[in-house]
Amino acid sequence: MDAGKAEREELPTQTYRVTRADLVRYAGASGDFNVIHWSERLATKVGLPNVIAHGMLTMALAGRAVTTWAGAPDAVVDFSVRFSRPVPVPDDDEGTEVEFRGVAKGETEDGLTQIDITATCHGEKVLSQARAIVRRQRA
Amino acid sequence: MPLDKSFIGRTYPPTAPYQVGREKIREFAKAIGATDPLYLDPEAARAAGYTDVIAPPTFPVIISMAASRQIVDDPALGVDYSRVVHGDQRFAYQRPVVAGDELVCVNSVEEILSRGGHDFLTTRTDVSTSAGEPVVSVWSKLVVRGEG
Repeated sequence: MDAGKAEREELPTQTYRVTRADLVRYAGASGDFNVIHWSERLATKVGLPNVIAHGMLTMALAGRAVTTWAGAPDAVVDFSVRFSRPVPVPDDDEGTEVEFRGVAKGETEDGLTQIDITATCHGEKVLSQARAIVRRQRA
Repeated sequence: MPLDKSFIGRTYPPTAPYQVGREKIREFAKAIGATDPLYLDPEAARAAGYTDVIAPPTFPVIISMAASRQIVDDPALGVDYSRVVHGDQRFAYQRPVVAGDELVCVNSVEEILSRGGHDFLTTRTDVSTSAGEPVVSVWSKLVVRGEG
């Protein structure tokens, strides 16, 4: 992002692949062992189409996009999302893809920029009201 | 039965300290595919002014989600966790979490709403060092789906 730019700036789209192996890895790293993230049998039993990704994994990937756009891993001041739709992950080598688009909305006087995030999987929005506030980086 | 709204504003006692480990941060970064040297390499983190590797933005959920079971598992509130869906999530940062931090959580019930047969419970977790330095505040809105 160019510091000091006042207008809306479209940021380069970030696309991340999510496979079953990623869900297992995230479950272990985060401590979230909810069965709907690893058992197709139990996920479909509660009415889900398939095993679904952890909402917090989707948010973590959105965070990756934001820190990539901001150019620093420690630039995020505020970060919020609403989980609007699950991300089903099939049991194959391809898994699925989540695409993140971002629009930076100018900069405030105290050097903060709001980024509005759109996250889609197979063209459907999986997050809504997703936004981050990032701090301008020291040059 | 709808959740008891008298719980709004209730604050719970601070949780036992959580020791943030360097390897846990690396494990988490790897799990989300994040490769920034500040997450992985203590030297790179020190060069950027931190005492050790820093955690990715959503790392605090590991601590806050476990801590907020204080509310979710409170028998007096009576949340049926098998009916819970994660609605919203927000983090407001004072600074990134750094390996070596010893973090304490104070949970509170920020909001309870009942709409369309469902309950909406917003928990707030204020995460600070055991020395009292605020690090991050975490909000989770949980949807408790009504029966039937």
